[in-house]
Amino acid sequence: MSQPKATLATTFCGIPCLNPFWLASAPPTNCGEQIMRAFDAGWGGAVWKTIGEPITNVSSRYSSIDWDGRRMMGLNNIELISDRPVEVNLQEIAEVKRRYPQHVVIASLMVESKRETWHDIVQRAEDAGADGLELNFGCPHGMSERGMGSAVGQVPEYCGQITGWVKEKARTPVIVKLTPNISDIRMPARAAKRAGADALSAINTINSITGIDLDTLQPNPNVDGKSSHGGYCGPAVKPIALNMVHQVQSDPQSALPLSGIGGIATWRDAVEFILLGCSTVQVCTAAMHYGYRIVEDMKDGLLEWMEEKGFATLDDFRGRSLPTVVNWNQLNLNYQIIARIHEDLCIGCQLCYTACWDGAHQCIHLDRTSPAPDITRTPAMVEAEASRRISTTPIPKLDANGVGRTHAVTPLERIPRVDEHHCVGCNLCSLVCPVEGCITMERVDNGLAPQTWAERSTAEPVRS
Amino acid sequence: MSGPTSFVQQAPVHPETAARFADLHPPFDRQAAVPEANRCLFCFDAPCATACPTHIDVPRFIKKIASGNLAGSARTILDANILGASCARACPVDVLCEGACVLHRYNKQPIQIGRLQRFAMDSLHASGAPLPFAPGADTGLSVALVGAGPASLACSAELRRRGIRASLYDARPLPGGLNTYGVAEYKLPLVESLREIEMLSQLGVEFHFNTLVDTQRLAELERDHDAIFLGVGLGASHQLGVPGEHLPGVSNALDLIAGYKSGELTQVPPRVVVIGAGNTAIDAAIASVRLGASEVHIVYRRGPEQMSAFAFEYEHARLEGVKFLWHVQPRNILGSDAVEEVELISLADGGEFKLPVNLLVLAIGQGSQNSLSEKIQTERGRILIDRATGQTSNPKIFAGGDCTNGGREVVDAVADGKRAGIAMAAWLEAKLVSA
Repeated sequence: MSQPKATLATTFCGIPCLNPFWLASAPPTNCGEQIMRAFDAGWGGAVWKTIGEPITNVSSRYSSIDWDGRRMMGLNNIELISDRPVEVNLQEIAEVKRRYPQHVVIASLMVESKRETWHDIVQRAEDAGADGLELNFGCPHGMSERGMGSAVGQVPEYCGQITGWVKEKARTPVIVKLTPNISDIRMPARAAKRAGADALSAINTINSITGIDLDTLQPNPNVDGKSSHGGYCGPAVKPIALNMVHQVQSDPQSALPLSGIGGIATWRDAVEFILLGCSTVQVCTAAMHYGYRIVEDMKDGLLEWMEEKGFATLDDFRGRSLPTVVNWNQLNLNYQIIARIHEDLCIGCQLCYTACWDGAHQCIHLDRTSPAPDITRTPAMVEAEASRRISTTPIPKLDANGVGRTHAVTPLERIPRVDEHHCVGCNLCSLVCPVEGCITMERVDNGLAPQTWAERSTAEPVRS
Repeated sequence: MSGPTSFVQQAPVHPETAARFADLHPPFDRQAAVPEANRCLFCFDAPCATACPTHIDVPRFIKKIASGNLAGSARTILDANILGASCARACPVDVLCEGACVLHRYNKQPIQIGRLQRFAMDSLHASGAPLPFAPGADTGLSVALVGAGPASLACSAELRRRGIRASLYDARPLPGGLNTYGVAEYKLPLVESLREIEMLSQLGVEFHFNTLVDTQRLAELERDHDAIFLGVGLGASHQLGVPGEHLPGVSNALDLIAGYKSGELTQVPPRVVVIGAGNTAIDAAIASVRLGASEVHIVYRRGPEQMSAFAFEYEHARLEGVKFLWHVQPRNILGSDAVEEVELISLADGGEFKLPVNLLVLAIGQGSQNSLSEKIQTERGRILIDRATGQTSNPKIFAGGDCTNGGREVVDAVADGKRAGIAMAAWLEAKLVSA
C-alpha cells in the first residue's frame, strides 16, 4: 500500500504556512536581515521582535541555568521590546515580504493602552505587509511596569478590551500571546476569544530569578550590582507550557488555533505540542543557543516521524492526545502495575534500591543471595557490611584466584529484587534507572473492573 | 627529628627529568572535571568504593566536585585515605575503582575516578588550606613506627587524630618510602609525594630520618613506647645467581627508579636489558627509554600470559618501544671491566644467544626483611597479622604494608596502616581503661 508523501505545509487561522516552525518574537527576529537568513535556513515563519515605541535596554540582559554539564537548560532575559524605530521595523517587514512572499511574517505589537494608538499601529503593520498580528500581552518584565505586556495579559478585562480594539481595525488574523504568570491561563484566553481573537499563542516567558552569584551575592543577569526578575524560557519550561497548552485547548471557551511556545528545541518537542492541539510552534532559546540551522532536523525529523506513523499532514495528529489528559478523578483506580527488574540488563548501580527506600515505599530489597527474602535488611545495614569488607589490589602473582576476575557480569548480590506484593507501581525506580529498558512497569491482572474516583465516590460512601 | 625545612624544599629539582617524565594522565581542569563528575551515577553501596582498599566514598567525593564543594571533596578523600593525592596518581585504577565501575556493564567508559580524585586533591593543595583534620587531645600514649612509607604514614595519621603520639623512624633522608622513591615519575612525582606527607605532618608526626632500626633498637623502642607499628617494606632485591652479576653496569629496578627520581641518575647508556616482567620491571624499562636508552629489552622466563604486570602497564611499555623477549632466561653476564653482553637461553627450544648490553637491570622481586624480633610470627618471610587489625603474634606490635602482604600497591599499604592505626588506638585505649 503506497502512502502519499507527508507534508509539513499547514494553515494557521487562514494563513498558509510552508511548515509549522516559526521563530518566536525575540532577539532572533530582531531585524529583516536576520529573518531572511532564518527563512533561507528553512524556518516557515517569524514573529517579529515586538514593535512599539523604542525603548532603552540595559546590559547585561540574559542569564541561564546549566544542568548536568549542559548549558542553557533554562534561559532568562530582562530585555525589552524592539529598541529600533517603528518605521525601520515596518520598512523591513515590507522588504522581507517582498522577497519571501510565501513565508509567514507576523508583527508582534505592544503599545500603550489607548484605542487610537492600537488602531494606528495595526494599520501601519498591515500596510507594511504583515500576514498577521501577535498582541504581546505577556512580556513579564519592564514593559509590565509601564502598564503593558503581562500587565495586560494578567487582567482578562484589559486583554479582552485591547483585543477588541485591535479587531475593530485588523484585516489580518489577530493572535493573542498569553502570559503564564497567572493562576488560570484560561481566563485571559476566554477574554481574548470573546473579544474576537482569531488565534492564541502560549506561553510567554515565566517570571524568574535564575540565580545569585555566590561570590558577589548579586543576582544574574547583573546590571551594575542589581538585577530584576526576568522571563524564563528554554527546555526547563516545556512541561509548564504543555500543561497550559492543554488547559487552553481542552477548554471550549478558550480553544482557538494555537501557536505553541515554550522550550521547543527539537521535532519531538514540536510533536508533543501539536498532539495537544497546537497548529504551529514557535522557537527562541534553541535558536539563540545553536543558531537558525537547528530547523533542518526539526523539519526532517518531523517528516520522518510522520511517515513512520502514517500521518500525511499535521492535521492527522493535531490534538490527538488532548482527550487522554483528564481530571484525576477520571483515572482508573483499579489499574495496577508493578516494577520488574530485568536482571540481564541490570548494571548493579542500586539507584532503584535507594530511591525506593528513601523516596518511595521500601519495596525493593537486596536479598538475592540471602537464604530467604529479607525485607528487614536496611540500607544502613548494607553500607555497614560494605565498610567492613577488606579489599586488596589484585596482583596476578599473589592472587592465583584473582586472575581473570571480570566486572562484565553484575554480581547477583548487587541486583535488587522487587517485593511485588508491596510495590505500588509509582514508576520511581524505572525513572532513576540509568539503563533503558532495565526496569519496566508491567500490568498486573487483578481481575477488577475499571473504576474512577468519580464513580467510586458516587457508588459508595466516601471514607477517606 | 623533623627539622624546620620543608620536605618539598629538600626535593631535588631537575627540569630535564621533569620534562622527560611528564604526567602520563594530564590533570583535569574544572571545565572537564565537572561534566565527568556529573556522569557518575552516584551508585548506592558503590562498587568503586568497595574495590578501593581504603574504601574512599567515591560517589560522595565526585558529587562534591560536581557541586563545587572542592574542599569537602578533598576532605572526603583524605578522611578515608590520608595519601589520597598520591593514590589518585599511583593507583592502578583499572583493576581497582575504575575497574569496578558499573558503567563497564553499560557499554560506557568508566568514570575517570583517578583523575577526578587528583583534581580534588590538587585543588586542596593549590588553595593552600591546611589539612582538614586536627590531632586529638593528647592521651599520653605513644607509638613508634618503623619505616616511614605509606603504611606507617597512614597509621600515624589515625593515631594522631586520636591523640596518640607517633614517632616514625626511616633509614632514608626523606619520608614516604616507595611512595617517594619507587613510583614512576610520570605517575607520581617525588615532589608530590613529599607535598602530601608535609600536609599529613601537620598532625604533629615526629620523624627520625637516616635511622636504621635493628633488633636492638626495636627492643628499645618497645620499651619506650606503648606499641610498635612495623611498616618496613620488603628487603633487598633478588639476585639472579649467575656469573657476572657483580660487574659494574648490573643494577636493580628499585635503585634505578630511586636514582632518577632523586636526581642522582639523569641518563642511562644506549642498551638496557631488564630481567623480569612485573610492574616494577615495566617502570624500569620505560624509565630507561625516557632516560635516553636506544634499545630496551625486557627478558622474561615465562610467556606474556604469566607476567605479573598489569595489562595496561604492558601496553604502555610496548607503546614506549620496549621489546619483550619471552621464555628466555639469563645464563651468564659477560664483560671485562663492565657488563657488555648477557648470554640468554631459550626455554622453548634450548637455543642460546647473546644480547649486547650496557646496563642490566634486575627486576625479579625483593626478599623479605630480616626478622626484627623472634616474638613475631612470619610465614615465607611475611609478618603474620590479623587482617582486620594488623596485630602480630606479639600483641604490642602491629604491622602492615609490603612486609605483611608480600608487596602490593601504595593504596594497600595505606589501607593496612589505617586499619592498624584504628585498631591500635582501640587496643591502647582499652588497656588504659582496664589499667
